[in-house]
Amino acid sequence: MLIRAITAGGAIACIAAGLAFPWAKTSIVTALCYGLAALGVAVLMRAGQVSFGHAMYACLSAYTVAFLARRFPGLDAALLIGAGVAASLASGAVIGSFVVRYREIFFAMLNLALSMVLFSLLGKFYEVTGGTDGLRIDRPTLAGIALDRAGYETALLLVTVGLCVLLGSLVQRFFHSSAGEALAAVKSNETRLEYLGLSAQRILWNGYVLSAGLAGLAGALVALLQGLVTPESGYWLRSGELVFIAILGGAAHALGSFIGALAFEVIKLFAAAYLTGVWQLILGAVLIGVILVAPGGITGVLLKPRRAAKPKFQPEPVAGGS
Amino acid sequence: MNANLLLLAIADGVSYAGLLFLVALGLTLIFGVMGILNVAHGSLYAFGGYTAATLVGWAMQAAGGPTLLLLGALLAAAALVGVVLGVVLEIGLLRQVQGRDPVLQLLVTFGAFMMLEDAQRLIWGASPYSTSEVVSRLGTSELLGVTYTNYQLLLIPVMAIVIYAALQYFLRHSRVGKQIVATTHNAEVATAMGINVRRIRLVTFVLGAILGALGGALAAPTTSLVPGVGTEMIVLSFAVVATAGLGQITGALVAAAMIGLARSFAIYTVPELEVVVPYLIMVIVLLVRPYGLFTVARARRI
Repeated sequence: MLIRAITAGGAIACIAAGLAFPWAKTSIVTALCYGLAALGVAVLMRAGQVSFGHAMYACLSAYTVAFLARRFPGLDAALLIGAGVAASLASGAVIGSFVVRYREIFFAMLNLALSMVLFSLLGKFYEVTGGTDGLRIDRPTLAGIALDRAGYETALLLVTVGLCVLLGSLVQRFFHSSAGEALAAVKSNETRLEYLGLSAQRILWNGYVLSAGLAGLAGALVALLQGLVTPESGYWLRSGELVFIAILGGAAHALGSFIGALAFEVIKLFAAAYLTGVWQLILGAVLIGVILVAPGGITGVLLKPRRAAKPKFQPEPVAGGS
Repeated sequence: MNANLLLLAIADGVSYAGLLFLVALGLTLIFGVMGILNVAHGSLYAFGGYTAATLVGWAMQAAGGPTLLLLGALLAAAALVGVVLGVVLEIGLLRQVQGRDPVLQLLVTFGAFMMLEDAQRLIWGASPYSTSEVVSRLGTSELLGVTYTNYQLLLIPVMAIVIYAALQYFLRHSRVGKQIVATTHNAEVATAMGINVRRIRLVTFVLGAILGALGGALAAPTTSLVPGVGTEMIVLSFAVVATAGLGQITGALVAAAMIGLARSFAIYTVPELEVVVPYLIMVIVLLVRPYGLFTVARARRI
């Protein structure tokens, strides 16, 4: 009930704030997109894995959008978004089939390494990618309608809020489906999961592809909003921010990522106004603080009373599941 | 590729491998004892480099700088950074999350890494830093018609080998070293045997931190330091450590040589792929041996 109220209230507040203060539209859409991508990271976090390179999927999707928009001018935004998501899903499926064999440190660092490779390749192949300057995208039509800048941003705001509510609830349903519960079992005890006849790698792969798709959607939306894609969008710091948001929001509920993202955007605006140049310092400090004080994040704190209803007995986690 | 270029690539590769090995050695040592991948290790490398550049600058201003003093400044920088940051990180952070979810431990070092990256920019600014004085003091050698600096050709590789040998001796023949090995094998049993595991963890972390900072300090005279060197180094040294197998010291030496040489061959033949080659090696190795080249099989705990 609480969750539904927050979701509805939050969605309405986002739209209302965007309409009332046009300058805030970009910030809100960006924050929600960060939330979508962080939701992808949170999906993996439920399986006990953390990816330090997930911005690469947002980046891959953004470049797909840019390439297509430049090659075929007049392509509709909906098609561009679809193509971006498809590209991130496909690359997630390929890369995922390799990285799901690893856990924890290896999983985190392999993702980081791959994203670093993508980042530097995008910067090096100037002729194709425009180097560090990136690629411009002209404003496309949205569902066949050509819009001016203000209308385009409003439309993107509405689309983004809609997608966030839709995907947020779908992912939450996924968490409590059998596939989603199996994903959480990868964290608690992988060996027992295998004894049930389920392939832990396969389950993690599903989660990985889903998370890549979510990050890709976010990347495509941001690319269309900004009209510019740069290798910067795949930099490790972006991935770090996604991890930050997912931890801050907590993986207990899909809503957490969006709350985390809005909190993140507020911290960012605050830091930009008063504390320029120490942005990472603040992020790092808050990250460590959250881990030490409330490892479950915001949703962990919000949903705490419910856990008391569960039986007291919790099987001891067994060290070294593999 | 002619013979001269080949020699040049080998010399480059060996010198780079030496640096890579020192950093990876620190990383793998810490992992062995604490079970933590210290992402902030990249910052230790960067801090070591920047501090070395600053100290060498001072040494040259104050005493005119005899060569030995400059070399001493490099080592002093590594020791200073390693001890100060090592103690702060271990006692301030890692001790607090000991025994918690491994992912959270990893994230804590990641948070520390983010903070240190900004701290480094606040202290030394964003413009490139370098101090090539030491390199020119040591002169050059001619090897089969190719001229190369003594610093890179001799000092770094020799330093790496000496440290490798010294560490092996330390681990096998000294009291603290043996305790470190015992803790690596099993911390609980080591505690039962009367080893102060807390102290061993601190000692190991500081030792590893010094090695990471030393890599940076030795790199400072030949590369220009810019914000972001730490990130590159942590990922690269992880590639070395992963290729070798986490916690494998001799393996790290072999893997560092492999990756260092492959990288420098790539620079001379296909420069665009310079960044990709180390990861390509890592991915190929991990595809065949998922836990690295030199890992021994372990019993599965259910």
